[in-house]
Amino acid sequence: MSIGMVYALLGAALATILAGIGSAFGVRAAGQAAAGVTAENPEMFAKVLVLQLLPGTQGIYGLLVTFIALSRIGVLGGNAIADTNTGLLYLIACLPVAVVGLISAIYQGKTAIASINLVAKKPDQFGKAMLFPAMVETYAILALLVSILAVTNIG
Amino acid sequence: MNNLDYIYAVSRIRVKEQSLLTDSDINAMIPMKTEDEVLDYLQSKGWGADAEKNASAVLAAEEERTLEAVNDLGLDEETRKILSYPKLFHNLKTGIREVTTAESPGRAYYDLPDFGKARVRNILERNAFDELPEELRTVAPAALEVMLKTRDAQMCDTIVDRACLETMSDAAKHSKNRLLQQYLELTVTLTDIRIAVRASRMGKPEDYLRKALADTALLDVDELVRVSAGAGRPKERAEDADGGNALFRYLERAGFAEAAEALKISPAAFERWCDNALIDLIRPMRTVNESVGPVLAYYLARENEIKTVRIILTAKANDFPDEVIEERVRKMYV
Repeated sequence: MSIGMVYALLGAALATILAGIGSAFGVRAAGQAAAGVTAENPEMFAKVLVLQLLPGTQGIYGLLVTFIALSRIGVLGGNAIADTNTGLLYLIACLPVAVVGLISAIYQGKTAIASINLVAKKPDQFGKAMLFPAMVETYAILALLVSILAVTNIG
Repeated sequence: MNNLDYIYAVSRIRVKEQSLLTDSDINAMIPMKTEDEVLDYLQSKGWGADAEKNASAVLAAEEERTLEAVNDLGLDEETRKILSYPKLFHNLKTGIREVTTAESPGRAYYDLPDFGKARVRNILERNAFDELPEELRTVAPAALEVMLKTRDAQMCDTIVDRACLETMSDAAKHSKNRLLQQYLELTVTLTDIRIAVRASRMGKPEDYLRKALADTALLDVDELVRVSAGAGRPKERAEDADGGNALFRYLERAGFAEAAEALKISPAAFERWCDNALIDLIRPMRTVNESVGPVLAYYLARENEIKTVRIILTAKANDFPDEVIEERVRKMYV
């Protein structure tokens, strides 16, 4: 296996690992808040569950980029990478979704907690409460697009 | 527990806060004609659901419910212990009065699980001071000795109160919980001001004030003693042109101008200002999501709520006019 292949696999792995860690943290924190609200008012379960799930998308974005990368570097399809430069390009192409996914999921989790607490106080404000964590999602989507464009246009 | 571990508790509190009394609830209860009417209103708000319909039963049930809630929400044992200090020291004072005098002290014990009436009496009657909670082991024999030798109940209370303030002050210095630190510092400071004003009005000497006041980071206690001490000076000096104003002027300089203003109105206005200052301190916790602060704030808000309801119920039971109640009711947390 070439060094280039190792770099490409590292990039693909980081996309899933870092974005997944961020999502796990965000969903965990929002889940604690959701459980707290549900413990006091079980009727709120459906509303707070939706808010809890929002930070989970970054992990999915990371997984998507990983699949695309693997399907182009000779693991799930495509040709195996022979040179170091191409491998490094794959690594760099995966970084936006990996790093932004990690950070945005953590912050989205914090925003989701605030929104869950808002819904706990004012259940009729659920629609507005959804928007606040959804705003954080914007930057994860931008990073996802950049990573997909970069990965699919190498070579 | 780190801050993240309180996310669950804080979210539960956000739901519980919906059932806290608001300023509108308090304003609705003030014009009610009878204690029964107030109790009906409180029961409609979920107060004393399983208790008999009388003021003391409802208030006791709510106090118990608050303690159960904060225990359930994971408020750490150290913080709960610190919050119980005033009740702990109060029980000691009551116990000393009861075992050293034939008459009933005329004030009730707090129903503390490890330091209630029977336990306090039992320990003090046997002089088994090493069985006391650690914070009381030094002060209890000293206060008991003063009471036995001099029968000076006021000095006995002063010794115990000072020890309570010092214990709280010490706890503030060592606590990692910023809100608890601020709460304890403010409580000690306000108690110092309260003692200084009372001592000033009674013309107490400097020596008494030095024994009674505890150090606090928010006030220069030496200066407070200097402007408050009044051996040989006229009583009611707090209202006098010279001495009284010196104390008020010092409070204004020290950043307690509103306290001085409240003191100029009445002692009740000052007590109300003190409790409102504590509520202002904890109010920012309404928007904090990841710390023990909101749990502590909820406990203090409930205490404030119960105190205010107690004032209203007592006033209704004694047919006090609404203006008297209005002067005393506290600001609510939500």
